[in-house]
Amino acid sequence: MITTDICIIGAGPVGLFAVFEAGLLKMRCHLIDYLPQVGGQLSEIYPQKPIYDIPGYPTVKAQELVDNLMDQIAPFHPTFSLGERVESLDRQEDGSFIVKTNEDTSVACKVVVIAGGLGCFEPRKPEIEGLEKYEGKGVAYMVKNPELFRDRKVVLAGGGDSALDWTIFLANLAKEVTLVHRGETFRGAPDSAEKVFDLAKAGKINLILKSNITSISGNGHLKEVSILGKDKNTFNLEADHLIPLFGLTPKLGPIAEWGLNIDKAAISVNTEDYSTNVEGIYAIGDINTYPGKLKLILCGFHEAALMAQSAFRYVYPDQKLSFKYTTVNGVNAF
Amino acid sequence: MINITIEDRNGERNTIEIPTDMNLSLMEILKASNYNILATCGGMALCATCHVQVLEGEDNLPSPNDAELDMLDTLPNATFESRLACQIRISDEMEGAAFKILGEEQ
Repeated sequence: MITTDICIIGAGPVGLFAVFEAGLLKMRCHLIDYLPQVGGQLSEIYPQKPIYDIPGYPTVKAQELVDNLMDQIAPFHPTFSLGERVESLDRQEDGSFIVKTNEDTSVACKVVVIAGGLGCFEPRKPEIEGLEKYEGKGVAYMVKNPELFRDRKVVLAGGGDSALDWTIFLANLAKEVTLVHRGETFRGAPDSAEKVFDLAKAGKINLILKSNITSISGNGHLKEVSILGKDKNTFNLEADHLIPLFGLTPKLGPIAEWGLNIDKAAISVNTEDYSTNVEGIYAIGDINTYPGKLKLILCGFHEAALMAQSAFRYVYPDQKLSFKYTTVNGVNAF
Repeated sequence: MINITIEDRNGERNTIEIPTDMNLSLMEILKASNYNILATCGGMALCATCHVQVLEGEDNLPSPNDAELDMLDTLPNATFESRLACQIRISDEMEGAAFKILGEEQ
């Protein structure tokens, strides 16, 4: 069990800066992020892109900003659980929280700060009748263990790179591989597309173009998929497995179940201190919403500062909070 | 100012007058016009929640870049006229264009 004052969900720029603002008020932080490294979108998606609207930096590369933030918060020795996804939140009798991750990490904390940015990237689910009923019973949105598909009848759906790559890979492993694609061309890697067309010509896979899977059925486990073909007729295909590969889409995930007020996939907050409707839980950065909200890093920094003041009063109701400038007071490391 | 037509998820069409000199994207216009789109990623071509189908005026739009094409490729309900509204900059050439909102609501 990790014990801390504030558990920050999300280690993007705003989550990182929250450590600094909390540290100035002598509160310790633990951060959890589903990505394997800190920095959120900045490190994962555009590390080398310049950002032009960080005050004091005419231009700064995204990764450079993250590195600088890590330097800035180093005096406050934050701890991290990276590559882990938050699964549950339990309020204790004394009002504190226990946050648990999918790797069974438990964090005991007095305050939870959600700085989750866009949320967690989860597989995008197509509209197929009966799809959710067969999740784990033949339907999977990613290939974790290819051996599962050995000598089985596998249907893949999608037209992106991962649909092409897995079709090629499974062609040699599965008993029967079918790729269903709504288009008739693939814009993905030309090599992969060519290979898929070659495999189809050689009879190694079934390639069904200009078609969509409309429904699936089975008897406890997936048995059949129904496909609406290019001639507008529906036909059925036997399948042990269906793998829809339609990319990833950001979702709130388990956070959506915590009783927080949600508005258009964002968490509603009070702009006085960026608190949510649940006492002790704050939301800062891109994941929150309020009238006039701008999804800017610099706004997230401001939100972190106000959040920390409020969190201090919540954690230490008996202590007087005196506001101090770092220029006067310095940064006092733990 | 130009006029464009938007068809919402219920099929209702409205023509809106929009400025072309503010460097706005179609996604920003849709949000500002109170259409129900999430635009979760704020214009980074990461979430596809501003997915639209171009009904008219496709030829007058700037071509999609690789990031947009990659994202469109993955969408289960993409059409051949699909675009991401966040990647379309409003310009004078778009006068008379029409778009249908396709992005997921939640």
